[in-house]
Amino acid sequence: MAQVDRALRHGAAPDPPCVFKLVLLGSDSVGKSSLALRYVKDDFRSMLPTVGCAFFTKMVHVGGASLKFEIWDMAGQKYHSVCRLYFRGASSVLLVYDITSKGSFLRAQQWLRDLEAEFLPGEVVVMLIGNKTDLDKERQVTFEEGKEFAESRRLLFAEASAKLNHQVTEAFTAEARELLQREEERVDQTQRGTPRVTLNEGPPRQAKCCAR
Amino acid sequence: MDAGGDTTAPAPGDAEDLEATQFSNEAAGDSGGGVHKDPPDPGDGGLEDTGSKAKDQLPGELSSLPQSEASSGTCELWSPTAPGSGPMGGLESGPGGQGGDPSSGDPSDEDWRSQRKHVFVLSEAGKPIYSRYGSVEALSATMGVMTALVSFVQSAGDAIRAIYAEDHKLVFLQQGPLLLVAVSRTPQSAAQLRGELLAVHAQIVSTLTRASVTRIFAHKQNYDLRRLLAGSERTLDRLLDSVEREPGVLLLGAVRCVPLARPLREALGALLRRCTAPGLALSVLAVGGRLITAAQERTVLTECRLDPADLQLLLDWVGAPAFAAGEAWAPVCLPRFNPDGFFYAYVARLDAMPVCLLLLGTDREAFHAMAACRRLVEDGMRALGATHTLAAVAGLSNAPSASAPAYSVQAVGAPGLRHFLYKPLDIPDHHRQLPQFTSPELEAPYSREEEQHRLSDLYHCLHARLHSTSRPLRLIYHVAEKETLLAWVTSKFELYTCLSPLVTKAGAILVVTKLLRWVKKEEDRLFIRYPPKYSTPPAASVDQNAHNGFFTGL
Repeated sequence: MAQVDRALRHGAAPDPPCVFKLVLLGSDSVGKSSLALRYVKDDFRSMLPTVGCAFFTKMVHVGGASLKFEIWDMAGQKYHSVCRLYFRGASSVLLVYDITSKGSFLRAQQWLRDLEAEFLPGEVVVMLIGNKTDLDKERQVTFEEGKEFAESRRLLFAEASAKLNHQVTEAFTAEARELLQREEERVDQTQRGTPRVTLNEGPPRQAKCCAR
Repeated sequence: MDAGGDTTAPAPGDAEDLEATQFSNEAAGDSGGGVHKDPPDPGDGGLEDTGSKAKDQLPGELSSLPQSEASSGTCELWSPTAPGSGPMGGLESGPGGQGGDPSSGDPSDEDWRSQRKHVFVLSEAGKPIYSRYGSVEALSATMGVMTALVSFVQSAGDAIRAIYAEDHKLVFLQQGPLLLVAVSRTPQSAAQLRGELLAVHAQIVSTLTRASVTRIFAHKQNYDLRRLLAGSERTLDRLLDSVEREPGVLLLGAVRCVPLARPLREALGALLRRCTAPGLALSVLAVGGRLITAAQERTVLTECRLDPADLQLLLDWVGAPAFAAGEAWAPVCLPRFNPDGFFYAYVARLDAMPVCLLLLGTDREAFHAMAACRRLVEDGMRALGATHTLAAVAGLSNAPSASAPAYSVQAVGAPGLRHFLYKPLDIPDHHRQLPQFTSPELEAPYSREEEQHRLSDLYHCLHARLHSTSRPLRLIYHVAEKETLLAWVTSKFELYTCLSPLVTKAGAILVVTKLLRWVKKEEDRLFIRYPPKYSTPPAASVDQNAHNGFFTGL
């Protein structure tokens, strides 16, 4: 949140778009990197497990507004402890599971608990994504199961296929729309004079917009 | 049990004898070196004593183990049961009745057994972690036997180092809670195999750090380390493949450079030196696993020099396909520098070229600073006009073998010369910080895997003879079946040449003279003469971070 607030405070001019840090979470080989690669480069390849974190940026235009996604794609489990710090400053999380693996769905619920420990309610926009709809025949998690869980925890939900490029861009766009909407509400609040205290605000860090 | 008894191999001395006789057809003796056939290497024999002891005592012990089924299955893998047929035939026709043995249930069994060299990594508790071939699950019984061998010898207050079983060598290496085993029928010496196992261990440590491996197993002895190593298996596979495809790296303990005109290389070095960020310790430009140039932080790395093994590890690591897209940020440990601490590595391809930039720093939050640094490097390269040259260097590679920029042996202009490895030793003092070697691409007749293996084996043999602990040699002229080789080590260089089989001794000397003259002439292009150094901005917080990065574990 920190950099978003800052972006809004300093960036009253529409020129530097808001930067949102988006983190992909989920078990090994559910297709996190594939989703990111499809979205950012419209490319698909059978990839090896990610090493550490991969980083992408993407400009998004929703309605009249535009924003910049900084996408952090983290290796599933291996760097769990090391990558904990990448949660920090995230405004958006894509929680990915593989519809052909019940285990990955359960793990996603575990990740969500971790997230709830890390963030204030409503601080991050979380979207649950069931990937690999191209393998519908091997499906172990039904659409309803996913949707029900997402609704019970007030998450956005989508099923997608990075391989077939099905619903990938839509999912990211929905996330972007939600982020912008929440941002507007927050600005309204701030203008009404209810200053928000962000408990999680870390030490001052480099403003992302100025990095370039 | 009988299977255990079958592993009884010739005494270590005999094994060495066998090795020595492989060289019986070598035309010994030369004006320079005075080559004689070596007697069995007593030094090595001494080393393997523990192995022979273990072996002598083993059969009884194994049969008394509860999992005798597993032991029988495994021992048969490596024991030539039917001396009449070839070793592999004997193995496959081994007695049945091991339906329960998972390794024989492995569909790839035949392939599995016919591999030249196996490498296994397991935990002290016998939990499989890595196997070069086959699925780790199917091999748990095999690995159980390895644990049994090790712990049996351990219980006698000794350590097992190697077993010589007819045409196989089994080399054991214990590193903390990890046990590494090589089972090989290549002519590599036990010392060389041990070097490979050390490289495998270094690769594992680089992703996890030694401290965290130790801690994990202290906490939970039967932890399944594969969970943490997911993805590293492919890196290990590539590492072991490269031993046979590019034997120089591990054999010579040196890195291979991309040949580049000296002014350009120095300009790139200067560029890296200019583009720094707080906490940056090392910048590397590489392509296809080979070094273009590397700049080091002066204060960080002068006292603890950068080990070529660490640099090579980084070169192998950034060559992973996982780094092909986007920018990556990952912790990495340099085992020789400090096996217990992480550096943080920024890896990106430059300008969509296969050229890769690695920025290694001590600050785990420095991603954005490193990304800014990369943009500076990119801009600088464009200003230098280096992009085009480097793309050409990298592009050239795509034709013969996958992304391996180098030169043809034809460039030397010495007919009869097929391949060589050259490592300079007469380097200025500061230059010694970066051992390098050069070698042309493998070309016909070494285009097929089989031929490459043969050449690699020959190089390994010659290397073992030159560096024998008991009786080192300086010059070997070896007439093999399909090629003639000349290996020569002086105070100025270490050289291995592979020549056509019809060359005469005088002809070979002529070729080598020509080669040496060529290397001298091309020296500036082939090697990095003056590795650049820089000093990062002295920020108070940087020091703090540096210490965190270096001296604390996870």
